[in-house]
Amino acid sequence: MTVNGKAVTADVEDRTLLVQLLREQLGLTGTHVGCDTSQCGACVVHVNGASVKSCSVLAAQCNNAKVLTIEGLADSQALHPMQQAFKDNHGLQCGFCTPGMIMSAIDLVQNNPDPTDAEIRDWLEGNICRCTGYQNIVSSIQAGARMMQSR
Amino acid sequence: MYDFQYTKVQSIDDAVHHMQQDEEAVLLAGGMTLLPALKQRLAQPTQLLDLSGIENFSSISVDGDAIRIAALTTHAGVAGSPLVQVHIPALAALANSIGDPQVRNRGTLGGSIANADPAADYPAALVALDATVITTKQTIAAEDFFVDLFETVLESDEIITAVSFPKPRRAAYAKFANPASRYAVVGVFVAESDAGCRVAVTGAQGSVFRWQEAEAALSSEFDAKSIESLTLPTDDMNEDLHATADYRAHLVVVMACQAVREITG
Ligand SMILES: Cc1cc2nc3c(=O)[nH]c(=O)nc-3n(C[C@H](O)[C@H](O)[C@H](O)COP(=O)(O)OP(=O)(O)OC[C@H]3O[C@@H](n4cnc5c(N)ncnc54)[C@H](O)[C@@H]3O)c2cc1C
Ligand code: FES
Ligand code: FES
Repeated sequence: MTVNGKAVTADVEDRTLLVQLLREQLGLTGTHVGCDTSQCGACVVHVNGASVKSCSVLAAQCNNAKVLTIEGLADSQALHPMQQAFKDNHGLQCGFCTPGMIMSAIDLVQNNPDPTDAEIRDWLEGNICRCTGYQNIVSSIQAGARMMQSR
Repeated sequence: MYDFQYTKVQSIDDAVHHMQQDEEAVLLAGGMTLLPALKQRLAQPTQLLDLSGIENFSSISVDGDAIRIAALTTHAGVAGSPLVQVHIPALAALANSIGDPQVRNRGTLGGSIANADPAADYPAALVALDATVITTKQTIAAEDFFVDLFETVLESDEIITAVSFPKPRRAAYAKFANPASRYAVVGVFVAESDAGCRVAVTGAQGSVFRWQEAEAALSSEFDAKSIESLTLPTDDMNEDLHATADYRAHLVVVMACQAVREITG
């Protein structure tokens, strides 16, 4: 498969989850595991452009797929606009949910470049944050959406 | 998860062949129900047969007066389909109300109806729209497809290939969603077509059912007023930490009225 633009090959057990491959074999520990039961969204990555919960997908199902994780967003010069927006708008406290929030938010903005607050809240149904109360996450995504458009 | 063998099948015939060879093999569609169940070690299949490599298994097409949706179409695929949005907008809206975006990106129509969760959304749409389920062995009316709690007519080596939904004249779905998962505590799909009015209820009992008293009342006058004072027996209603049987029986009426009002405006 391709992970963050680089071709990778790995031998995995048939039952290996995508998140296990990413974290344990490829060392990409930015993708978190919160619940391991497909509820919390800490593990969200993109597979072929769409956001998925990597704790609920087998690595083998992603054979030959293009996977994008939080580590693949920034280039060597700058953060991705959505990352910058979370930083600027204090969209995180402990940061545990943040990689999943950002990956989910980018999928939203790719489908809906100018979302309303209600659409953002609706989209975040599968991303749980136990710290922020969501207000600043919504503001961050608004700002990130504007920055992604102007880029 | 217990260990299993992962096999990506190339065709429907290939999948059937594997299922006949190995009775402990199970199909893997979106995995949104199956993989969490395996993680909890609720099942120990020998093999998972991944259907995602089968060609044309997630297409949506017009089929006479019906819309035919192939079994591997994701919830996001149904919600975003211009064909479904134009001809059966209530079905697109239902698909868009399932779980969350990541569940909708993976979970499939076939997986949902094969699983027959009593709180799943699709069964209400299939039964109210008088849809037909097409499998490798039969073509069967949705009403006869769902048998009971997590039980359908499917045999162990049978695969759902598509569902054909007749276009209704007008339809709407209203659900009282579980605030965490979005599964239906109670969901009611109301559809009106030349053949009459059908009201299908999910979440309330072990399996989806038609609320015939409401159908009759709406057929004589299609207005929420016709059904708002009806009541349902509570004997067969589900009871769990989300809702008592009495509350569920009440919710059926409220959700049915909401769906009718959405149609009548
Ligand atoms: C957090 C969360 C929230 C959810 N919320 C909702 C909700 O609000 N409403 C709702 O309705 N559902 C909800 N779901 C369930 C979701 O819709 C699942 O996608 C669906 O129930 C199963 O579809 P799947 O494609 O993932 O199937 P899988 O998990 O891959 O398979 C489920 C079962 O169906 C069998 N199967 C799959 N495809 C076929 C086929 N073509 N022929 C025969 N058998 C087949 C499999 O062998 C397996 O036994 C939720 C799930 C999660 C994880
Ligand atoms: S760890 Fe995947 S959804 Fe919580
Ligand atoms: S910032 Fe702590 S969980 Fe969201």
